Amino acid sequence: MLVPTMTPWLAVGLALVAGICLFGLVGPLLVGDPDGIRDVGLAPPDGGLWLGTTQTGQDVFAQLAHATRGSLQIGFLVGALATVLSAFFGIYGAYLGGAADELFSLLTNVFLVIPGLPLVIVISGFVPRESRGLWTIAVVLALTSWAASARVLRAQTLSVRNREYVAASRLSGERAWRVIVVEILPNLLPVLASQFVFAVIAAVLGEAGLSFLGLGASGSSTLGTMLFYAQNGFALPLGAWWWFAPPGLLIALLGTGLSLINFSIDEIVNPKLKTVRMHRRRARAAARTARKEAR
Amino acid sequence: MNYLLRKLGFYAVACWAALTLNFVIPRLLPGDPVDILLAKLSQRGAVVTPETRAAYATLLGGDTNTPLLSQYWTYLGNIVRGDLGTSISYFPAPVTDVISASMPWTVVLIGLATVIASFLGVLLGAFVGWRPGTWLDSMVPATTLLAAVPYFWLSLVLVYVLSRVLGWFPSQGGYDVVLDPGWNLQFIGSAVYYGFLPALTIVVASVGGWLLGMRNMMVSTLSEDYVLTARAKGLPGRWILRDYAARNAVLPSVAGFAISLAFVVSGSVVTEQVFSYPGIGSRLLAAVTNNDYALMQGVFLFITLAVLGANLVVDLLYTVIDPRTRAR
Repeated sequence: MLVPTMTPWLAVGLALVAGICLFGLVGPLLVGDPDGIRDVGLAPPDGGLWLGTTQTGQDVFAQLAHATRGSLQIGFLVGALATVLSAFFGIYGAYLGGAADELFSLLTNVFLVIPGLPLVIVISGFVPRESRGLWTIAVVLALTSWAASARVLRAQTLSVRNREYVAASRLSGERAWRVIVVEILPNLLPVLASQFVFAVIAAVLGEAGLSFLGLGASGSSTLGTMLFYAQNGFALPLGAWWWFAPPGLLIALLGTGLSLINFSIDEIVNPKLKTVRMHRRRARAAARTARKEAR
Repeated sequence: MNYLLRKLGFYAVACWAALTLNFVIPRLLPGDPVDILLAKLSQRGAVVTPETRAAYATLLGGDTNTPLLSQYWTYLGNIVRGDLGTSISYFPAPVTDVISASMPWTVVLIGLATVIASFLGVLLGAFVGWRPGTWLDSMVPATTLLAAVPYFWLSLVLVYVLSRVLGWFPSQGGYDVVLDPGWNLQFIGSAVYYGFLPALTIVVASVGGWLLGMRNMMVSTLSEDYVLTARAKGLPGRWILRDYAARNAVLPSVAGFAISLAFVVSGSVVTEQVFSYPGIGSRLLAAVTNNDYALMQGVFLFITLAVLGANLVVDLLYTVIDPRTRAR
């Protein structure tokens, strides 16, 4: 029951995400040097260079491949970190109950209302450029994005916590971590998966925004940094759409693919949504009979 | 009453946390603002003497010789008195002046755009969720593409199409620079004209999220017993949609309004950068690039407190429209 039903939208989502991951993994091996400079600046796309060149004659397609890899790396890294954080604060707090739960959910709610990106910008502003590495950015992004899913996980844990088998396991003297991992966590897997997917989307978008502002990890190459260079190279006034359009489109497609996958996971978490598909089937059947009767 | 006190208590704690975060961040992180400024100065060929150092330290308010706790007290005292320090990039203007000059731009832009986006999204979501399974419903995944588009990229595309190719809207700034800011029709008209594109960006990028949330709640509400009862009574569909289903399904969207405001503020910081909009987001970024730490902290504090305030208002409103929250 924990595996989502295959629907056309899920198939589209999986294909999009798999395609982009493949592009990020294999692409950089096949394309030329993304930083190599040619003497044809701002060349529009043609047969030789699929996506034309930047102002300094760099191959946009080669840059796109490397940037996709960079964005995916940080997206999944931050997604994993944020999920671990939200699982800790959401599940452990709700399991312990009492004062610990109060404290944890207070912390969660405080982090939820403090706007993330301005905080990230301020933190990045105080870290000198040299020491602003990939991990710094990843930790900062994870710290500012775990709260919303911790709240969801807490609510789910509270409903699982008081079931008989969990209570039995507790009363028989099992240690807390074992009860959580063996009895509670399997029930939360769909929610966790859904939260992870959301965290990856948020991380890719957050990192892109930060890099676009020139505040990303130093020396990194992501879709956001591509957009930063496009903006600073006057791609917009010069009309070089092939320079700024593909990176954003790729971010949007990755986000869409992940969201479509999330829809299918949501149907497990919230079975009421599943009735939609039933409705649809019924509506189609009704239309068919109506057509038959009309004939 | 108890509920009200709890809410107020929470926002007091959140407010204190934001203030403390603002105090702790610069002291916890590796870079020392004074060092960075002095390094910049010596790069330009200036001779850095201990006196310059001391002067900068005083200017930035970071006298490292006093103990941390008394620094913290001074900091809190300054904030209570409304003293956020002096901006370096707009020297000698106090940070509060810089913020209050740019605040109305952002408040109007983001406020209006968010209200329009949520209204539109909730309305569309109610209709889409009312008839699950029709062709309208299959458009829902298409709106996720809009939700996944980064705000700033969408603004780049809109600027390219509507401003550069079609030439309908200006691509930069908040008003026509030949006009003097003031409450006259010409200036307000110009501000609306210049603000249209940034507002459109925010509406287009965030309407999908509202639509989806409302649609999912509608679908859940439709399987409730009271909707079934209403149907069984033979009430017209329009009534059921408006008075039974939508009225209950909209509640989470109201609660989500405040939280989404934080996301919209975040998104708009980047959008303002693209449009060189004279709002608070551009000020924050200018402060970061100019190492204007007092302004940076002031803007962050201001954005956070504004979001907290909006949350409090929505929370209090929520207890009025949904009495169940008070019952707990």
